[in-house]
Amino acid sequence: MFKSPSKNLVAWLQAGPMMLVFAAFFLLPLCFVVMVSFWDYNEYEMIPGFTTRGYYESFEGCVAQLPGLCTILKTYLETIKLCFLTWAFTLVIGFSVAYFLAFHIKSKSMQIGLSLLCTIPFWTSNVIRMIAWIPLLGRNGLVNSGLMHMGVIDKPLDWLLFSEFAVVLSLVHLFTFFMVVPIFNSLIRIDKRLIEAAYDAGATGWQTLWNVVIPLAKPGIVIGSIFVITIVMGDFITIGVMGGQQLAAAGKIIEVRLNALQFPAAAANAVILLVITFLIISALSKLVDIRKEL
Amino acid sequence: MVGNATLELVQLTKSYSGTVAVNAIDLKIPEGRYCCLLGPSGCGKTSTLRMIAGHEAATSGDILIGNSVITQLPPAQRGTAMMFQSYALFPHLSVLDNVAFALKMRGVEKAERHEKAQKLLALVAMEGYAQRLPAQLSGGQQQRVALARALITEPRILLLDEPLSALDPFLRIRMRAELKRLQRELGITFVHVTHSQEEAMALADIAVIMNNGKIEQQGHPRDIFNEPRTEFVAKFMGGHNVVVTPNGKVAVRADKLLLSRPQDAGSGPMVAGTIIEVEYQGTYVQVSIATGSSGDLAAQISEHEFDAAPWTIGVPVVASWDPAQAHSLT
Repeated sequence: MFKSPSKNLVAWLQAGPMMLVFAAFFLLPLCFVVMVSFWDYNEYEMIPGFTTRGYYESFEGCVAQLPGLCTILKTYLETIKLCFLTWAFTLVIGFSVAYFLAFHIKSKSMQIGLSLLCTIPFWTSNVIRMIAWIPLLGRNGLVNSGLMHMGVIDKPLDWLLFSEFAVVLSLVHLFTFFMVVPIFNSLIRIDKRLIEAAYDAGATGWQTLWNVVIPLAKPGIVIGSIFVITIVMGDFITIGVMGGQQLAAAGKIIEVRLNALQFPAAAANAVILLVITFLIISALSKLVDIRKEL
Repeated sequence: MVGNATLELVQLTKSYSGTVAVNAIDLKIPEGRYCCLLGPSGCGKTSTLRMIAGHEAATSGDILIGNSVITQLPPAQRGTAMMFQSYALFPHLSVLDNVAFALKMRGVEKAERHEKAQKLLALVAMEGYAQRLPAQLSGGQQQRVALARALITEPRILLLDEPLSALDPFLRIRMRAELKRLQRELGITFVHVTHSQEEAMALADIAVIMNNGKIEQQGHPRDIFNEPRTEFVAKFMGGHNVVVTPNGKVAVRADKLLLSRPQDAGSGPMVAGTIIEVEYQGTYVQVSIATGSSGDLAAQISEHEFDAAPWTIGVPVVASWDPAQAHSLT
C-alpha cells in the first residue's frame, strides 16, 4: 500500500536541495578550515596533527605588550572601526533611499524602475568601480583641482585618496544597495494606515519615524546590517586598493599568510575572523527575531 | 470638554483630479448624537469622514466644531479621534502601549499614561490583555483596543470608519450594541460610516444617506424609513416598493401592500399582476409579484394572514394600498 508522505517529509524534501548545496559547499569546507587551523606547518608543507600554533602565533606577544596593543588586536580594531563607519553610513543612506522608494513613490512601476536604477553600480566589477575613484580623488584629480581653482585650498588634499576616508567612501558606495533592498522590503509591508493612525494620535513626522516606522523596519535593518558587516569584515581588496596598501585589515592577514603558504595559520585567522563576525551578528540579531521576517 | 461640540459641515467639497467625491454637502450634528453616514461604496461617505478627521484636505467648504473652524487644523488639534477600518493597531506595541500612544506623543510620563490607558482598557473590558500584542487578539478584541486608543485623547467627536465590517455577523451585532452603549455613557458624538442600513437603523440618532457625493436624505432612521424622499433612498433602505403610478413614482412599504383576488378588488390605488415567487421568511411570507409596466413588487404578509388565504405561483393578484401609506418620490 502506498501511504501519502507526511507533511513533515514533504517539507524536508523541499528544503533538501538547498541543504545539500549548503552542506557540500559551505559546511564541509568550513569543517576543513577548522581542522586545518589546528595543523602544524613548516616553510613548504602542512603537517597533519593537532597544535594550537596557528592561533598561538597570531596572538604572540599580545599579553606581554599589554596595556599596549599588539598587531593583531590593532588590525582587528582598525577593521571594526572601518566596518562600523561603513555600517553607519550605509544604514543612514540606505534607510533614506528605501524610505523614499517605499513612501514617496506612489506607483508600483516607478518603484521597480527606481530600484533597478540602484543596481546600476553592479553592472561593472568591484575593482573597476574602485579604480574609477582615482581620477576623481587623486592629487591631481577632479575634486582637488576643482577646489584649487575655486581657491578653497591652495595645495591638494592628501587624505582624499589612499586613506581611511577613501576606503569608507568606496565601501559605502559599493554596499549601500545591500541595505536598501531588505529595508525597502520591510518598509513596503508597513500598513499606510499605521502612519495615519500615528498622525491621528498627534505624532509629529519624527515621532512617527522613531516610534512606528523604525521599529517595524528593524528586521530589514538587521538583515542589511548582516550583509554589510560580513562583507566588510572579510574585505581586503577594497581596503588594499583604496587604502593604498597601507591600512591593515583582518582579511589582509589571511591573504598574507596564504601568500606565504602558511595554510594552517591562514585557517586559524579565518576562524578568528569568523568568530568575531559571528559575535557581532548575534549581538545584532538579539535586537530582532529574524525568523519573523522570513 | 468645554463648549458645545456641534459638528457642522458647510458646502464641504472634495474632488480628486476632476472627479467630485463629495459635492457641497451641508450637515449639522448636535453634540452627543450618534450619526451614521450611510451609502453604497463610492458615495463619498468615507471621504467625508476623512475630511472631518483631517486626513484629507477639503477642496472647498468648511468644517466647524462648536464655534471654531477646524478645516485646516491637523487631526490631533481638532478634538476628533478616528478609529480606522481595520483598526490599524501598531503591531510592535503591546495593547497597553497602543492605547497609551497618543499620550506618549504628548510627552506624558510612563506611569501616568499607563494608568490612564488601563482605565480605558477597563472601559472596553480589556484590562486583562494589556501585555498582549495585537496579533494575539481576536477581531472583536482588536476593535475594543482600537476604541480605547481613540478615546484616550478624550475626543469630543469619535469618527468610526466601517468599524463593524471586519467582524463576523454574530460579533457584529454584539459590538454594535456596545458601541451604542459606549456612546450613551460617554455622551460624545459618534460619526459612523457604514454601508449597512441595518446598522444605521439600529444605531443612529441621525442617519445621513449619501449617493454620488450628495446627501439624499437625513434624519432619524425611522423618519427616513417611513418617508423616503427619493427613489434611491426607498431602494437603499429596502423594505419598500417603488411603484409607477399615473401621478409619478411612489414608495409603499412591502408590509403595507394589501393583496386580494381580482374579483375582490376594491377602489383606490392598485396594481394588477401575477404571483411569481412565494418565500417563507419566518415571521412573515414574502410574495413577489410581476406587474409588467409597474415593475416587480414585493409584499410581506404575516404568517397567519397567509395561512388564511394562501397564494400560489402563477395566480393573478391585485396589490393595493392605503393612499396615506404612499410617499411620492422625487
